[in-house]
Amino acid sequence: MSEPKTNPEGAARGSFASYAAGFGLSVILTLTAFYLVYQHKHSTNPIFSHKYLMGALVLLAITQLFVQLLFFLHLDRESKPFWNLQVAILAAGVVLILVIGSIWIMNNLNYHMNSPQQIQKYIHDQENSGL
Amino acid sequence: MSEEGSKSIFGFWIYLMTDCVLFASLFATFAVLHSNTFGGPGGQELFSLSFVLAETLILLTSSFSCGLAILAAHRGDKKLVLRLLGLTFLLGIAFLGLELSEFHKLYVEGNSWRRSGFLSAFFTLVGTHGLHITTGLLWMGTMMLRISKAGLTPLSLRRLTMLSLFWHFLDIVWIFIFTVVYLMGAF
Repeated sequence: MSEPKTNPEGAARGSFASYAAGFGLSVILTLTAFYLVYQHKHSTNPIFSHKYLMGALVLLAITQLFVQLLFFLHLDRESKPFWNLQVAILAAGVVLILVIGSIWIMNNLNYHMNSPQQIQKYIHDQENSGL
Repeated sequence: MSEEGSKSIFGFWIYLMTDCVLFASLFATFAVLHSNTFGGPGGQELFSLSFVLAETLILLTSSFSCGLAILAAHRGDKKLVLRLLGLTFLLGIAFLGLELSEFHKLYVEGNSWRRSGFLSAFFTLVGTHGLHITTGLLWMGTMMLRISKAGLTPLSLRRLTMLSLFWHFLDIVWIFIFTVVYLMGAF
């Protein structure tokens, strides 16, 4: 179909080929992630260990994020308002701080805050040790 | 296009990026609460992976057809635009229907948002996405009416560009819901 052109409104418009490539890659990435989980659950001999599977899933999702940003949203260097990319980078920073920071802090709190049972056990142990 | 047009697209882009922050806070909440099932069922017992895969592929296809509608709009092919938007709309409805049927199933089985912290976070995150999809569908419906009446004016072209940005954005958010909530929650 049409050649890739720059949209007079700013963002590059893309072509049929770029949308088709984005769609194809996205389907492949989605099916790969699904297959890895399915295989892990139903096979006695999974491809990845649990830890590596989680890493692989995150990697696949982030790859698909970039595929769609490039092929669907056309957020590459060619897009005329460079500001779009600037704002996106800023938002990505906020998102990362928000998500990673929350998980980090809350895990840390969980680690330092014991359950009532643990506190009871602690008191019990202290009393038995003759203090 | 006029400077005004490019400014309004940029403004819409800024809105989308702030929406990212909204979803990020909901993702963070879910990540923190996902193991707090309060003795209730977790993702492993509740979710059907093949069902969610179907939802994902439907939304992905609708994102593709929305992109093709924009291409057709720039070529001025009004009939094709309306057909592709109609297809996108139907796929969106199908996605929303599947999501609501999942919510309904969880609700009648007693696993509503009141069951546990995990389910509260799940319903808030996935429900917010579903609300965005609903808004997008309403917008798409009015766009189709407008284009069929007034044709492809520069204004409707600009609005169509924003709508497509919105729709692609929602697909990207869904990739992360699919990965974080469903695939990682399957264990």
